[in-house]
Amino acid sequence: MPESIAPEDVPEALTKLSAAGASAPRAGRDPVNQPMINNWVEALGDTNPIYVDDESARAAGHPGIVAPPAMAQVWTMNGLHGTRTADDPLGLATQLLDDAGYTSVVGTNCEQTYHRYLRPGEEVTVSSRLSEFKGPKRTGLGDGWFLTFTTSWHVGDELVTDMLFRILKFAPAAPADEASAEFLAAPAERVGPVISRDTEFFWAGTEVGELRIQRLPDGTLRHPPIPALWQDKAEPTDYVVAAGTGTVFSFVVHHAPKVPGRELPFVVALVELDEGVRMLGELRGIDPAEVEVGVPVRADFEKLADGTVLPFWQAQR
Amino acid sequence: MTTTIDPAAIAVGTALPELVIHADPTFVISTALATRDFQDVHHDRDKAVARGSSDIFVNILTDTGLVQRLVTDWAGPRALVKSIALRLGVPLYAGDTLTLSGTVTEVSGAQVTIDVRGRDSLGEHITATAVIVVPELAVP
Repeated sequence: MPESIAPEDVPEALTKLSAAGASAPRAGRDPVNQPMINNWVEALGDTNPIYVDDESARAAGHPGIVAPPAMAQVWTMNGLHGTRTADDPLGLATQLLDDAGYTSVVGTNCEQTYHRYLRPGEEVTVSSRLSEFKGPKRTGLGDGWFLTFTTSWHVGDELVTDMLFRILKFAPAAPADEASAEFLAAPAERVGPVISRDTEFFWAGTEVGELRIQRLPDGTLRHPPIPALWQDKAEPTDYVVAAGTGTVFSFVVHHAPKVPGRELPFVVALVELDEGVRMLGELRGIDPAEVEVGVPVRADFEKLADGTVLPFWQAQR
Repeated sequence: MTTTIDPAAIAVGTALPELVIHADPTFVISTALATRDFQDVHHDRDKAVARGSSDIFVNILTDTGLVQRLVTDWAGPRALVKSIALRLGVPLYAGDTLTLSGTVTEVSGAQVTIDVRGRDSLGEHITATAVIVVPELAVP
């Protein structure tokens, strides 16, 4: 593994890793055992008796006590001081993308199929391969690669559990950093947004530092959001997270009257986002006299006294 | 185990009883350790903050375990869990409350498919599909 790798060399390196196939089967540290099952059901509050009581397990059709199927991965976890094997694809891909600058990781999907329940005393082995990769893609967190690992657990030659695990390895974007830090604090008298059922997803987004754009069933983006009459009102609004960059499409400089919590004059800009929709917000970081159509901007966020978070625009020159 | 569902009551659209989990630090840490996941972001607040999180947060294995618990709490000990497909959304930070809800979306012979959603104060934390087999649903 080289010390560093250029982003353009990532596809070839991942292709190679994927072609290397599955890692050699690795045994779990302990056989499936009752104490670990007890810890799990206690921590999760799971009172299903088939995991702890032989009679109940038999009554439910098992040959005796069984382990919770969702524990499959637990039996082969590395532990506090564990190290990955040299052929472990997740470790190798992580190292490779760390070296290319995609240093952060977030899990996105985990799909487990349980072929049968495990029983105390059984010895499990695990093997994993990089089955798919896509990138680089722009996401709300930053540019990154989606990697899919396929993992299987066996007892002897028998397949007991399969798992598909997808992660995003990304280079954190500036807005994500700001999102995780404290937002700027607005003056106490600043007026907050009116939040409706149709715009609730948007304001939930600003609270985590995301600009969310409504996505219609045909894939088109819409802002301001429109009522989602095509779906049940209990369904969540579909959206994409904007990169947070765009240019001034139009603007006004507000001189009067006074507005609570704002200093005069201030600029209200209609920004055309890179995603193609237009969004209103205060424009800062530029002399009002110098604002013109086409000025590049980036979204930033400000927290109001009531806890809601307002986006605003920072001029990028 | 509080409930064993009457198989006759399982139909598309059936809503499962909600499961509300208050994820205090004890929950976040004890589930991380019970799942043998020692990543610092699940038990060490200072390290979690240094990595850009606002607090320690619940790990993925626990989410899968909670989805399993939701469906078997409802379907009873005879139900066999066949698969859990989970999509992860916003984090579940210590101090937050997760509300898990489920709806039956398909019944095919003894096999029941359940759409599961888990929301916390930041939004949708879990979107999952669980497939179980309820032996009593098999044709007699």
